[in-house]
Amino acid sequence: MYNASDLRKGLKVEIDGEPYMITEFNFVKPGKGQALYRCKLKSMVTGSTFDKTYRSVDRIDKCNLEERDMIYSFQEGDHYVFMDAETYEQVHIAAEVVGDKKYFLIEDMEVDILFHNDRPIEIMLPNFIEKTVAHTEPGARGDTATNVLKPATLDNGYEIQVPLFVNEGDRIKIDTRDGSYAGRVS
Amino acid sequence: MESLPYSPDLNRLQEVRPALEKRAAILRAVRDFFHRHGFLEVDTPVRIRAPAPEEYIDAEPSGDCFLRTSPELHMKRMLAAGYEKIFQIGPCFRAGERGDRHRPEFAMLEWYRAHADYSDILLDTKAMIVSAARAVLNTTSLTYQGRAIELVPVWEHLTVQEAFLRWARWDPLKKFDPDRFDEDLVTKVEPSLPRDVPTVLTDYPVERAALSRPSAKDPRVAERWELYIGGLELANAYSELTDSAEQKQRFAHSRMLRELENKAAYPEDGDFIRALEIGIPPSGGIALGLDRLVMLLTDSASIDDVTAFEE
Repeated sequence: MYNASDLRKGLKVEIDGEPYMITEFNFVKPGKGQALYRCKLKSMVTGSTFDKTYRSVDRIDKCNLEERDMIYSFQEGDHYVFMDAETYEQVHIAAEVVGDKKYFLIEDMEVDILFHNDRPIEIMLPNFIEKTVAHTEPGARGDTATNVLKPATLDNGYEIQVPLFVNEGDRIKIDTRDGSYAGRVS
Repeated sequence: MESLPYSPDLNRLQEVRPALEKRAAILRAVRDFFHRHGFLEVDTPVRIRAPAPEEYIDAEPSGDCFLRTSPELHMKRMLAAGYEKIFQIGPCFRAGERGDRHRPEFAMLEWYRAHADYSDILLDTKAMIVSAARAVLNTTSLTYQGRAIELVPVWEHLTVQEAFLRWARWDPLKKFDPDRFDEDLVTKVEPSLPRDVPTVLTDYPVERAALSRPSAKDPRVAERWELYIGGLELANAYSELTDSAEQKQRFAHSRMLRELENKAAYPEDGDFIRALEIGIPPSGGIALGLDRLVMLLTDSASIDDVTAFEE
């Protein structure tokens, strides 16, 4: 258990069995009154936030989080199947937990998965991945400007803005943190 | 200024230099003000045997003593000895208090006036803050965190009861709930206080009298006010409690509450109690957070922006 005085920005805690991260923290103390610890808490599952004020006497549950090395295997219905890199145990993760990261999963790719009490809650991809452009209109001839972008589509349907010189069949690098184009590989 | 090789500590010292120069000017203006008005500057011990027992203020131990959380009891002993106008600027220490506006070690300005009460102290406060602002800013119009504040002429006055009825929608004089009082004060009342004029929140429920005397007009409240400027809580003032029997009772009550919460027991300050028994004249007194006054006059968001070192 944490004491209220242990709380700080970035700390992960458990409230009603759910994992939360403290995204804002402030120590306040009215004159002659008691110390209060004001927190903004963000659910690590749904992303929703709420404010809560703790008092010195409050105790807050620690959060049992574990990161495991996993390997992405394949999609099966509305689940994505990963394999534990150490135990080879298979884990099925629902599409809603994977979210838009599904576009950046590549078979046999290594990812870190965050578990809360053995329940997978977040997939942590490598910062950069490589994908092939499935479709894009040719850029105008002679236009070498790099700050003008055009739409392109990957084989999994993901739409991305790329520079004019990128062609169908090119391998490109994608920043998985914001899903943006980060360079051409070939 | 010469640029130094990368060193977080020294780079920080260079960054805070403009604020520290203003801090020094504020200190000088404050001292000048009190000297001009006939106050004697005093130094009372920093390392003390017997801090005042208060439910929510914890003293740092120092060997077989404690570091003072306030110079209050020593300064009141001087009132009993016939010193009529005294002030002090110096460090105070409160365990576990750390935030944008709190540090376990901070600078306190306290002053006391004999034959006076909390309304006389309010006049001192207004004149002192105005003269400090003029000294460093050359004006009494200032901006704090994007909002304009006029230091003269009008200060807003609100009783604690009015403020709670308006913004927290309950009456702390009817049935006092200490936890709800603190939480609503911080989450509902303080954020709603006017920001463009200094605001005096006055007449606290007797349960939060601390060391102030009950009001002769209304026994449910104590003659205590707190000053807020630009959302910063700057100072806490009292008509001082000088009744020795009531003081002993309040100390005993605070001791019991501290014991219930398993907090350190402090020895009794026998000299202070004896001074009360011999007689302290009716007096007004105040504790003002000097770092916060500097924050206000330098438009700084954090106490760390107005101090040289981060301990």
